[in-house]
Amino acid sequence: MFFLRGVRYKNILQIDELEIEAGQIICILGESGSGKTTLLKLLNHLVSCDLGTVQYKGQDVKVLDAVALRREVVMLPQTPLLFPGTIKKNMLMGLLFSKKEPAADAVLLQLLEDVGLKKELDHDAGSLSGGEKQRLALSRIMLMDPETILLDEPTSALDDDTGDKIMEFVSRYVKSKGKTLVMVTHNKAIARHLGEGIVTLSGGKVQQIQKAGGVI
Amino acid sequence: MSEIVEIGPWRLLSAYFFLLLLFFFIKGQSIGKEKEILVSALRMTVQLILMGYMLVYIFDQNRLSVTLLIFFVMVFFAIRNVFVRVKVPVNKRLRRVIMLSMIAGTSLTIFYFLLLVIHIEPWYEPRYFIPIAGMIIGNSMTGISLGTERLIGEMRAKKELIEGALMLGATPKDAVLEIIKDTFTSAIMPTINSMVGMGIIFLPGMMTGQILSGVSPLIAIEYQIAIMLGIVGSVSITVFILTRLGYLTFFNRFSQLEE
Repeated sequence: MFFLRGVRYKNILQIDELEIEAGQIICILGESGSGKTTLLKLLNHLVSCDLGTVQYKGQDVKVLDAVALRREVVMLPQTPLLFPGTIKKNMLMGLLFSKKEPAADAVLLQLLEDVGLKKELDHDAGSLSGGEKQRLALSRIMLMDPETILLDEPTSALDDDTGDKIMEFVSRYVKSKGKTLVMVTHNKAIARHLGEGIVTLSGGKVQQIQKAGGVI
Repeated sequence: MSEIVEIGPWRLLSAYFFLLLLFFFIKGQSIGKEKEILVSALRMTVQLILMGYMLVYIFDQNRLSVTLLIFFVMVFFAIRNVFVRVKVPVNKRLRRVIMLSMIAGTSLTIFYFLLLVIHIEPWYEPRYFIPIAGMIIGNSMTGISLGTERLIGEMRAKKELIEGALMLGATPKDAVLEIIKDTFTSAIMPTINSMVGMGIIFLPGMMTGQILSGVSPLIAIEYQIAIMLGIVGSVSITVFILTRLGYLTFFNRFSQLEE
């Protein structure tokens, strides 16, 4: 799905080679400042590497239409993005931005339940707590049904229990639909439990790549 | 209507009494702004005298080339003024957009106004062209300054929001749509608001001048209404071009936010 070779980005990231296979759940671990978020932004071409290439499905991202790429490779930022208005409006924003048909209320309600957010659709999104906003932002992305999902610390504002449950749901969703998931997390337990591959970054370099079953 | 009373040099000199009065006040309170006031008053006097003689010369000439030259000089200084007034750094591409919107917006309005609304022969008659161009360019300059500052400020303040929208597959235009709307509104509102008080709170300068020079107030208001609408048009066009092309300067060809 993704193939990085000889990638350099400022003083932040140096990756000689990294492959992310389609249909897998890959977790990225590393201390803050190790370049985890930048790595995600390279994958959806929100930043361009100074040297080297980032390939998506065998093509250099620089020759692909960036907006079209981001509609297939959707990213959830660490700080949940919130638009003024209701929960419904917020959920539909992703479909609106990517020029897709809006979803029916029943679909929205089911998804809210799936991410454990028991709220009405016309509830004001601004009054939600940090963790609720995070789940709302996550539901927005799942509604878009993209091929690849990039998640940046999706459970940082959730307690362990809720975080586990949500991630369990997300991984089931990803697996059942054959999607690819790349997730930055600080939670090693979640990474070990769900990750089919774990990439550990340190000082902008890949320190270790583990596959479920052993270290490569 | 009677002819206007000429003031003449001696009585004009007597008007400087007001300046002396100001000096007296600030001396008494030891505010210490004497030099600035003196320089300002001097600049005003010299600049206006020069302008007066220049206009007499230009009106006598009544030539297309001279009128056009004046137009470009005015636009040039207006653009320079925008760059000075905007307190934040303006990138090179945005500077070009500012120039384009000022030139296109003001010239379109001025020509429409002279050819259609006032309908003078020849259209470049400086007695009409220069004051009208001055008002239109000056007001557009204010609109563009406000718009530029707002646009840059919003693009910075909402960087995370814009990037978040891009992550959801938004085009740059969709990602900044709210900012474009907001910038447009904030740049044209002062012009819209100035229409509200007109004729009640103050008599606009052009109208006052015409009335003083013996023109019927009814003709003066015709001109004032027309020029106010012309100003609205010019500010709208310039700010519209600024916002529609300006936001693009914040993105690169990969639809990423420029650093």
